[in-house]
Amino acid sequence: MDTSASEAIAERQIRVRRHSVPVRLTHWLNALCLTLLLASGLQIFNAHPRLYVGKYGADHETPIIEIASEGLKDTIRGTARLGGLSVDTTGFLGASKEDGVVVARAFPTWLTLPSYHDLGAGRRLHFTFAWLLVINGLLYLAYGFLSEHFRRDLLPTKDQVSRRHLWQEIKDHARLRFAKGEEARRYNALQKMTYLIVAFVLLPLMVASGLAMSPGIDAAFPLLPELLGGRATARTLHFLTAFSLVVFVMVHLVMVAVSGVWNNLRSMITGRYAIEVDGGAQ
Amino acid sequence: MMKTPSRRGFIGSALAGLGAAALSGCDRLVQSGPTDRILRSTEHLTMKAQRALQARGTPAAEFSESDLSPVFRANGTRLPASDEYARLMDGKFADWRLRVDGLVQKPLGLSLDDLMRLPSRTQITRHDCVEGWSAIAKWQGVQLGRILGTAGLSPGARYVVFHCADELEQSLDGSGRYYESIDLLDAWHPQTILAYAMNDRPLPVEHGAPLRLRVERQLGYKQAKYLMRLEVVSSFDRLWGGNGGYWEDRGYEWYAGI
Repeated sequence: MDTSASEAIAERQIRVRRHSVPVRLTHWLNALCLTLLLASGLQIFNAHPRLYVGKYGADHETPIIEIASEGLKDTIRGTARLGGLSVDTTGFLGASKEDGVVVARAFPTWLTLPSYHDLGAGRRLHFTFAWLLVINGLLYLAYGFLSEHFRRDLLPTKDQVSRRHLWQEIKDHARLRFAKGEEARRYNALQKMTYLIVAFVLLPLMVASGLAMSPGIDAAFPLLPELLGGRATARTLHFLTAFSLVVFVMVHLVMVAVSGVWNNLRSMITGRYAIEVDGGAQ
Repeated sequence: MMKTPSRRGFIGSALAGLGAAALSGCDRLVQSGPTDRILRSTEHLTMKAQRALQARGTPAAEFSESDLSPVFRANGTRLPASDEYARLMDGKFADWRLRVDGLVQKPLGLSLDDLMRLPSRTQITRHDCVEGWSAIAKWQGVQLGRILGTAGLSPGARYVVFHCADELEQSLDGSGRYYESIDLLDAWHPQTILAYAMNDRPLPVEHGAPLRLRVERQLGYKQAKYLMRLEVVSSFDRLWGGNGGYWEDRGYEWYAGI
């Protein structure tokens, strides 16, 4: 048997249409919005870097999460506290350099927008891109349902949700082994479930908890803050959900990088995704 | 697939450079005139949307006694620095008068006793600071609509401006004086009161004695303390920075429903 010939056949590439125009557009707009919302959100968080549980919460209440700044000038220390856990984070959280001088600020300049302290500007950015995120998200949801994109591409199929299949996928992911051939035409089950959680749990919770912090919205929908456990809890959920989204994006970027970075990027720009198929039949 | 390390290295350093440039670039973009105007226009969209969602008189949630914050954080000025305020405070505000003027038929000068003789409203509401903290307290006072009804509005009246006794920023020209404004829709809202009592006691000095505004569907910086004068105006262009409030002149939104 001629091995080089069979290898040549095995490596035959075809390009399939992977992402539709609405998915590509809403994906990149969403990426832009989330980036700016995170940076401006951290600017807003810096104004009161303490998170509580309940209907209210201020300096007198004990926070469940806190970035504290203690001491003055040269001795300023930053501490991150989560429940009873306390970590010295000087240089990053609680105390970091601004114009060459260490100052008290929860998140450092390189993570906030604007980089310097300006709550008003941070809020304007945040609300502008929140509007854009919501409009973009509603368009995406409408498209996803009407075109059956969700049912066709994101709902795991029966064969994908068997315990055995899922266990196999977890092992494959751990070994960074990705689907090839016909199987690469569709998302794997872990991928599908992750995208569904982001689109139908995390992002809606982000918007709902954000709106629950607005006294104007709370007057119109008094049930909203109550369902989220009170306004202070809603603020905490807003932060934790944002953190979950950051973790998702980091894993997402790693997966994009290790499963063929150019192929993945091209498919989200031009829509075309290359897969390797057995060319034997032709 | 082949990728040369040099290409990877180049892209890596290009991305790192781009990241650094993006940060300072973003600052500059935010400060630029056109971007700033777009960002500021969001406020009108938010206000229109919220007002459309709220029926005209939709109240803010009211809470029960068991929900009261044990300690209500005092924010901004805790004691106005002026001699005039010190004199009024020494006299237990007996000489204090709330002036009501501007576009009104009948200017008023109301003492604390005058206000307390009027029917009052008591409400337990949540105070949301722009910074993110919140606290619940019980407020008692006179509905602003009642005062405006007594004074009678003149044609062209659109906003009520609240002039305060405290200076949050030391200034020679008075531009550091705290002031706020709301429109007539909020002014006539049943929960919009001029509060003289907090948690069943006279309003403490650190919370704005003798009188402060409660406009419950907006953030804390709208709840002007140390009220001295209500001025009804058609626009606030000629007041200090022209944005309708101390914090508004320093970059916060005039509509603080979010």
